[in-house]
Amino acid sequence: MSALRPDLALISEWIEPGQRLLDLGCGDGALLAHLAEHKQVRGYGLEIDADNVAACIARGVKVIQADLDEGLSDFGDAAFDVVVMTQALQALQRPDEAVKEMLRVGKTVIVTFPNFGHWRVRWALLRGAMPVTPSLPEQWFNTPNIHLCTVKDFEALCAQRRWKITDRALLNHAREGGLLSWAFPNLFAEVAVFELRSI
Amino acid sequence: MEPVSVGIVTPQKIGFASPLALDCGRTLPRYELMVETYGALNAAGSNAVLICHALSGDHHVAGVYSEGDNKPGWWDNCIGPGKPIDTTKFFVVALNNLGGCKGSTGPNTTNPETGKPWGPDFPLLTVSDWVRSQAALADHFGIAAWAAVVGGSLGGMQVQAWAIEYPARIRHALIIASAPELSAQNIAFNEIARQAILSDPDFHGGHFYEHGVVPSRGLKLARMLGHITYLSDAAMRAKFGVELKAATPSFNFDVEFEVESYLRHQGQSFVDRFDANTYLLMTKALDYFDPARDAGGELVRAYEKATAQFLVIAFSSDWRFSPARSREIVQALVAAGKDVSYVEIESELGHDDFLMPIPQYHRVLKNYLDRVAGEPS
Repeated sequence: MSALRPDLALISEWIEPGQRLLDLGCGDGALLAHLAEHKQVRGYGLEIDADNVAACIARGVKVIQADLDEGLSDFGDAAFDVVVMTQALQALQRPDEAVKEMLRVGKTVIVTFPNFGHWRVRWALLRGAMPVTPSLPEQWFNTPNIHLCTVKDFEALCAQRRWKITDRALLNHAREGGLLSWAFPNLFAEVAVFELRSI
Repeated sequence: MEPVSVGIVTPQKIGFASPLALDCGRTLPRYELMVETYGALNAAGSNAVLICHALSGDHHVAGVYSEGDNKPGWWDNCIGPGKPIDTTKFFVVALNNLGGCKGSTGPNTTNPETGKPWGPDFPLLTVSDWVRSQAALADHFGIAAWAAVVGGSLGGMQVQAWAIEYPARIRHALIIASAPELSAQNIAFNEIARQAILSDPDFHGGHFYEHGVVPSRGLKLARMLGHITYLSDAAMRAKFGVELKAATPSFNFDVEFEVESYLRHQGQSFVDRFDANTYLLMTKALDYFDPARDAGGELVRAYEKATAQFLVIAFSSDWRFSPARSREIVQALVAAGKDVSYVEIESELGHDDFLMPIPQYHRVLKNYLDRVAGEPS
């Protein structure tokens, strides 16, 4: 099979074999298919887009067509070992409510989002224009990303809500860790990956 | 491959000599089922797909009866070579359910004890009774387990019953435009339909055959009511509009609007092809279906025994069996830890959409069933 996107490859390393997983905004099911094959993970993907849903079905990924903004009321408390959401948090109506729901449904939560504190973003804003970057390719008027945040903002939210950050990875443009994004995460990380647990 | 018709098909009547114990407490000593099959059963007997029909369906699901026949089976757009239910890959079995009126043992067939039509003496059946008779049909063909059981609406209820009652005999359960049980509103519609038939003077307590009449007014009303619930408000508006047929109102009760003409036509053509006692029986089977009732009121517990993989499909404009009802099924399956996918198809027509060749609907069915066909037997 084709190589997994680097942020998905990283997440896949954080998943234990045999875990029960819920992937929110699972796209074409690449992560779930990979985990099913290599880690015997069982679970479901939630996805709203019709083409992606059809793609999941074609590759045998269990997919439930749903709108993440409607919450996770279909799922019981602690029903999953891990709840994953990659690059979708910033497109939700209420990202804080979403993370809260993820922590209710899963014992562990893994969430990734584009860092709005990245220097390219800051540079664009300094020049007086909304940023268009490799991580955020859309224009201000057609972007689905309505609730962007920085690494610093997200950590502040976690502290305020008493969500425990149990792991963190900060990836640069190539979706890999690096010295700069390690030393100055809020400036150099393009994609942030957090693992959370309820305290 | 380019989708084509299965071509000319021939129904067959299969007799069963073993008694069938029914949920009502009675037993059918023997019975016959009208069946059509398409495609070929493989040597392992592992490629069989059962199609379960809805309220007014029958065994004629695909193909035509002769060269000039312009009325193909009721799901011809979905079943055939190159179609989502591909008859080059699957052995497809369709039947007229017990109690039906298209050749299977039912109210309009002869009761061997009296030599007269069964009429109202034919036992009322449940979805589970049908599934038991379908299991006997599987035995007849040497099918140990269905690759998939597929059904829409009342057919989807049979699929659910298969998964719950014969877990070892079904690998994939495709539940389309269905519900975990009828809502009070659904039962209410069925009750009005039944009252229309029961109160028709030509019904004669169900013994109308002997009087040489049919309760056509009652059956027609029942069908007219049904048709309203199978279409969405938007679809009816688009299809019929609200314009008067004439320039001015005629101030009488003749047909003045397009929708009136449509309903009268649908009602009348139904009278010509359907049996009133079967209609009563089918609506009661719908009303009685409630797997949670047999599991202490909990659908999750009802599904615990199931081992099939599930595909649940709903249609956005369907208000008779709304997506919310399908999600109840999905929720219970997830809570029971079962393999399930759920797809909501954007649609406009309403409940009838499950019979329509909507591209996303057929793509999902095809993608799913192509995988089923590829599974090792």
